[in-house]
Amino acid sequence: MSDIAISVSNLSKRYRIGHANNVDWGLRHAIEKFLRNPFKWWRNRKIQTEDFWALDDVSFEVKNGEVLGIIGRNGAGKSTLLKILSRITEPTTGRISICGRVASLLEVGTGFHPELTGRENIYLNGAILGMTRAEIKRKFDEIVAFSEVERFLDTPVKRYSSGMYVRLAFAVAAHLEPEILIVDEVLAVGDAQFQKKCIGKMQDVATREGRTVLFVSHNMGSLVQFCERGILLEHGKVAAQGPIDLVVKHYFSSAAKNAVWKANPHDAFRPQKKVFFRRVELLDADGAPSTELDVHKHFFVHMEYEVPRAFKPVELSVRILTTDGAPVMTSMLSDCEQSAPEIEKHGVYRATVRIPGMFLMPGSYLINVAAHAGAGEVFDSLPGIFGFIVLDTGTNYTKYQHNHHMGVVMRALDWQDELVAMRNGHEFPDIKIAEAI
Amino acid sequence: MTPTLVIEAGRTERQYWQDLWRFRELFYFLAWRDFLIRYKQTIVGVSWSLIKPLLTMLILTMVSRFAHLPTGGVPASLFIFSALLPWQFFSTAMSESGNSLVTNSNLVSKVYFPRLVVPASSVLVSFVDFVISGLFLVVLMFYFHFIPSSKIIFLPAFVALIFGAAVGTGLWIAALTVRFRDFRFIVPFLVQFGLYASPVILMTSHVNEKWRLLYCLNPIVGIIDGFRWSILGGENILYRTEVIASVVGVILLVASGLWFFRKFERTMADMI
Repeated sequence: MSDIAISVSNLSKRYRIGHANNVDWGLRHAIEKFLRNPFKWWRNRKIQTEDFWALDDVSFEVKNGEVLGIIGRNGAGKSTLLKILSRITEPTTGRISICGRVASLLEVGTGFHPELTGRENIYLNGAILGMTRAEIKRKFDEIVAFSEVERFLDTPVKRYSSGMYVRLAFAVAAHLEPEILIVDEVLAVGDAQFQKKCIGKMQDVATREGRTVLFVSHNMGSLVQFCERGILLEHGKVAAQGPIDLVVKHYFSSAAKNAVWKANPHDAFRPQKKVFFRRVELLDADGAPSTELDVHKHFFVHMEYEVPRAFKPVELSVRILTTDGAPVMTSMLSDCEQSAPEIEKHGVYRATVRIPGMFLMPGSYLINVAAHAGAGEVFDSLPGIFGFIVLDTGTNYTKYQHNHHMGVVMRALDWQDELVAMRNGHEFPDIKIAEAI
Repeated sequence: MTPTLVIEAGRTERQYWQDLWRFRELFYFLAWRDFLIRYKQTIVGVSWSLIKPLLTMLILTMVSRFAHLPTGGVPASLFIFSALLPWQFFSTAMSESGNSLVTNSNLVSKVYFPRLVVPASSVLVSFVDFVISGLFLVVLMFYFHFIPSSKIIFLPAFVALIFGAAVGTGLWIAALTVRFRDFRFIVPFLVQFGLYASPVILMTSHVNEKWRLLYCLNPIVGIIDGFRWSILGGENILYRTEVIASVVGVILLVASGLWFFRKFERTMADMI
């Protein structure tokens, strides 16, 4: 038996996208077009679509027991690759051979039904993920113990808190016993403590049990911690592959190289969204695109977005994260009521947010931008769109070598410091602490 | 050692049927889930699967009485119910499995399994209802002191036929609904129309001679008449053309349904 678990060769996936005047896919439309001119319909039915290559000639190999990280910006083709590997959709050309049973977790809690109890959902979800009833029965207690929801096993999951729901869902998935596990960003859920537990479990799966894992995440911290090798996808092509830290470095350098992001004009998916970004820029205090920013000066995130059809107010958010994926802060358009644009007309809008100087500790950061409807539906999101560096140009912290050890933000706080009592020989005068404060 | 799985455009058929076998438990689980959740937060619960056909029977029996329609020498309610049994199974199975892929779209776009499992398990759920209503038919027969003839041994054949018809139609509609959501609106009309186009309140032998042949081409007609013929007997005649049309029709439906569904399945996740 060879030691190659997955071998992907020349894999490509094409999506056919209808043009704007052809987006109506209803039956009436199809019949009408046929009736109007059957000959024209026959000739045009292929021409009126445009090709979009989500994956373009991708080749790589994964060895048995290897943990491979897949990195790439949004729309680079990561999800498509995982969907093909887990056989949800077929490739257009190319060939994959997989040696071993595959289980894929593209989402936590797929197929959970809110009306069913925790117990019932464990069985259902297990079956959906490809476990047999006997297998689930054997692992049942382990799953319940891991999820920490023993007391609510016979409660419908619709009454669960979101944390409990996610814990139960992950617990089922984590107890799958495939030879190859495909995981997409599922760890980005739950509270910090449970995330840690999940990562620990995944590491167990990979190292102790020697299984092959394919792991997609925007969280570079967990990727580096977790994976040995990595693949960087850019525009559907493999841009780099090798040891994970080199690939992550490559990713950062390519992200930091440009402080201007423009929507790919060939991306036919994006313009179909209700709101989508056309251009996002990271600008320094002088308004010049830059990813190296002075700690003393403010900088801007400038977003140009399009609302193709009139729409209720759109919420924009900008999140700053440390390079290991921990959010530093999130700022929303609605935080600042007076500048919220009237999104009653369709068109192109511009929004700029100013991030103050002397706020982020010198170091490396990532930015996510997203457009959504309040707390609900996400229209467009660009996680990790920019990586930037806050340069230390002389602060009080310069004397400490590793700034991040001091925290991620800096703020001059009011300190009060006064002498409350003089030492008298060997005796302290009796001071009531409460009074002193 | 596990065999090597090869993923290519247009993957092999053999693998697919093997997978279908491997996911047979999912098939039960999905049916079990649908059955469990259907009557959650209702007061009478599972009794609904009895009340529904019962009320329909009462209404149709009244219609039949008022219009003085022939009932083949058996009590009208028995006459109606023996036809309503296959018809309701067929119509609910068709509409439920037709909708099944869209209602389970989160599964289809996030996990792999042979998609055939989803509409097939919907048919299974409707079949449970069918069995429950079937028990009621037995009760009804006791009530009227009706003893079926020996022809009842042919009943399982007709049950198999209606099951096949439901699966075949369900597959077609399920695949079409993924592409054209219009079918969600078309199917209820088909069901309404089908009730009158099938011999549920009518008797095939009373259909105008001129139209009878055309009428019999509908495979459901033969199956429903088959139910009546084997359960009630008497004046309920079963024409040979009907039987042939049903058997051929069901085979065609299942074969074409499978073919169409399989053809469509490859791109389903991209389209749903």
